[in-house]
Amino acid sequence: MGSRLKLFLPLILFAIMAVFLFRGLSLDPQAMPSALIDQPLPEFTLPVLGEDRLLKRDELVGEVALLNVWATWCSSCRVEHPYLLQIAASGVPVYGINYKDDDAAAGRWLAELGNPYRANIADREGSLGLDLGVYGAPETYLVDARGVVRYRHVGVVDERVWQTILQPLYQQLNAQGSGG
Amino acid sequence: MIPELGHFALIIGFCLALILATVPAWGAWRRNSRAMALAPGLALGLLVFVAISFACLSIAFLQDDFSVKVVASNSNSLLPPVYKFSAVWGNHEGSLLLWALILSLWTSAVAVFSAQLPLLVLARVLSVMGAVGVGFLSFLLLTSNPFARLLPGTPADGNDLNPLLQDPGLIIHPPLLYMGYVGFSVAFAFAIAALLGGRLDASWARWSRPWTNAAWAFLSLGIMLGSWWAYYELGWGGWWFWDPVENASFMPWLAGTALLHSLAATEKRGLFKSWTLLLAIFAFSLSLLGTFMVRSGVLTSVHAFATDPARGLFILVFLALVVGGSLTLYALRAPAVSSRVSFDWVSRESLILCNNVVFLVATITVLFGTLFPLIMDALGAGKYSVGPPYFNAVFVPLMALLVPFMGLGPVARWKRDSVRRWRSELLFPTVVAVLCGLTLPLFNADYNLWVALAVALSAWLVLGLSRDLWYRVRGAVSLAAGLRRITPSYWGMFLAHLGFAACVTGIVATSQYNIEHDLKMSPGDTETLAGYEFRFVELVPVRGPNFLADEARVEVYRNGEFVARLAPQKRRYMATGQVMTEAAIDPGLFRDLYVAMGEPIGEDGAWAIRLHYKPMVRWMWLGAILMGLGGFTTVFDKRYRRLRSPAAVSASEAAHGV
Repeated sequence: MGSRLKLFLPLILFAIMAVFLFRGLSLDPQAMPSALIDQPLPEFTLPVLGEDRLLKRDELVGEVALLNVWATWCSSCRVEHPYLLQIAASGVPVYGINYKDDDAAAGRWLAELGNPYRANIADREGSLGLDLGVYGAPETYLVDARGVVRYRHVGVVDERVWQTILQPLYQQLNAQGSGG
Repeated sequence: MIPELGHFALIIGFCLALILATVPAWGAWRRNSRAMALAPGLALGLLVFVAISFACLSIAFLQDDFSVKVVASNSNSLLPPVYKFSAVWGNHEGSLLLWALILSLWTSAVAVFSAQLPLLVLARVLSVMGAVGVGFLSFLLLTSNPFARLLPGTPADGNDLNPLLQDPGLIIHPPLLYMGYVGFSVAFAFAIAALLGGRLDASWARWSRPWTNAAWAFLSLGIMLGSWWAYYELGWGGWWFWDPVENASFMPWLAGTALLHSLAATEKRGLFKSWTLLLAIFAFSLSLLGTFMVRSGVLTSVHAFATDPARGLFILVFLALVVGGSLTLYALRAPAVSSRVSFDWVSRESLILCNNVVFLVATITVLFGTLFPLIMDALGAGKYSVGPPYFNAVFVPLMALLVPFMGLGPVARWKRDSVRRWRSELLFPTVVAVLCGLTLPLFNADYNLWVALAVALSAWLVLGLSRDLWYRVRGAVSLAAGLRRITPSYWGMFLAHLGFAACVTGIVATSQYNIEHDLKMSPGDTETLAGYEFRFVELVPVRGPNFLADEARVEVYRNGEFVARLAPQKRRYMATGQVMTEAAIDPGLFRDLYVAMGEPIGEDGAWAIRLHYKPMVRWMWLGAILMGLGGFTTVFDKRYRRLRSPAAVSASEAAHGV
């Protein structure tokens, strides 16, 4: 009888795996919580792309804003770009982190495709990216008026992501800000 | 009209699959031979209607019928016709229809080529395949109808096929891969039929061997094409990324490799019976799991189709029914007592056991690494990504462990062999292999221990094989007569093992000796890499059928002599605005030269250019082709066409009695 029970082992292992697969269906592998969620944005002082000045963390803080990690080597960023222009045109402050990129290429990209960003942080070595825990471009962070990171989205921000996730959060944070 | 016809044919196909899954199975249960005899006809009918459906979808693509949703989302009027056709399976719905088509193809092939099987067995096998067909056809009809229309609101033009998929390699990669994946359903069906019938002698193993070998050969070629495509199309010279979708095709291959060796032991010696049954279930389950992973969105991957939880749930339920059901059947019916056949530790059986252990451990390692992010996420333990470091760290030592046993395998005798005989047989190959390992890498610039090891192991494999072939041939009157005496099964093994040796050498050499430079080059610049002089001659704009491109003209010289003219491109596809890198490669048996364009730098026409020197990278794909050829060769062995081996007849008659 013992040897017959042994033959049930594959079935049991499969059942356990199936439970995990079922759980996996309701999880979104794209939603990557950052270690920084509800933590203040890390300190930085980095050059501004295309301008001859440095930008500090504190200059960014003060209103609810999007922080978009992008690069010219990232083809998904090109897909995302037109939508970022729309978001920026609707009055949402968008800052860029030009991640591990070439300044000249980034400049031409913006000249060619349009510039949705209030300012672009030139993170040439990826040091700010490292502090933020960036996986890859594109990534978008939602930062509140006190400079606290409230949400992180990995991948392209498109209409669906904006309308179902980012915009409601953005409006909620703005309402809180003006209320308190 | 044509799409509706396709939809209708699909529904008829579904009904036929449903009848095939039930009536012959019932007939087998009640011993009703008229019900059983329906199976082959139903199988062929299934093929006809699924093929009509597939043809209708292809026509919709070729005629730019943008009122059909998948056509509008995946094709474009500017797309070259051949890509319009391959766009049929460049999307979730169409690729699933291809799955169903290939499944019905295999089902019909079994009905035709295995027609000499006992009706009872044939009816059960075809019924099981029909049941798998029911699952896939209902998945298509209920969640992923490829013929859904966009009416009203038909777009004027389509969204275009993903430019990454607009490539000759990708026209045949998915069909080959699916031929492999789905082909394992035949071994699976034979195993289930054997479990259902309770007739667990060696005969099911012999019947399913040619089918398993053929499926394995298709899968080898399919994986090879995928790797080759990634190499020249993704633009950074990598050829394997341990991406979940690649793993999804690799796991059935690993399990299938274990299966075809284990089948040999079961057929020839009646050994590992339960184990082989389990492997047959395992290999096909991994094919289904791969389908689940690619289409449910549980894992992130560059290759994944647009995902949908409803589809994921459907496949998961289907997976649970097929795998759970067959494993339950296995647990209840597989022979629990270990076979009375015994073998010595120094024998071919124990080497096959080593093969099985190594390949099973490899499969489970890959499975675990692939599912690990999902498991940790489900446990709430955080987000992880498992990358090449893990896979390489566990996979490379496993394969290194495999090769020494592999060299012994063909030389070893069944049942009992002697260490002394192995020593005398293999002394010469061992000495030569060690010498090869010590000297051959010297011909390249720097001596590398890994390459030395790979060369020595591969040489050992090749020499062991050649010596064995020589022993088999030498007794004959003439060399030709001797070679004719060798069976297709043996040639198949010979080629596949040879291919494996080539693969190992290629992978190790290219990983160790690869040189790559990323640099800024302007027209007129010259760079030297590994003794090759790359001259960036000019930059020209090029217009393709559906894209615009910048093309760099690069000439390569070696010691002042012209070697090749390379023209990598940076393309922008007009319909989607997507930018693609088209690498240019000068292939060679001993080295590839690879040039890809990065991004433009500055205003004077300078570009970031990536130059690669890749020694022996082709060997890995040539090896895979040899493995595929080997797999196909075995199918021609006349032995498989005989109903029963003379030895098996009396024993199985006595044991079976039905």
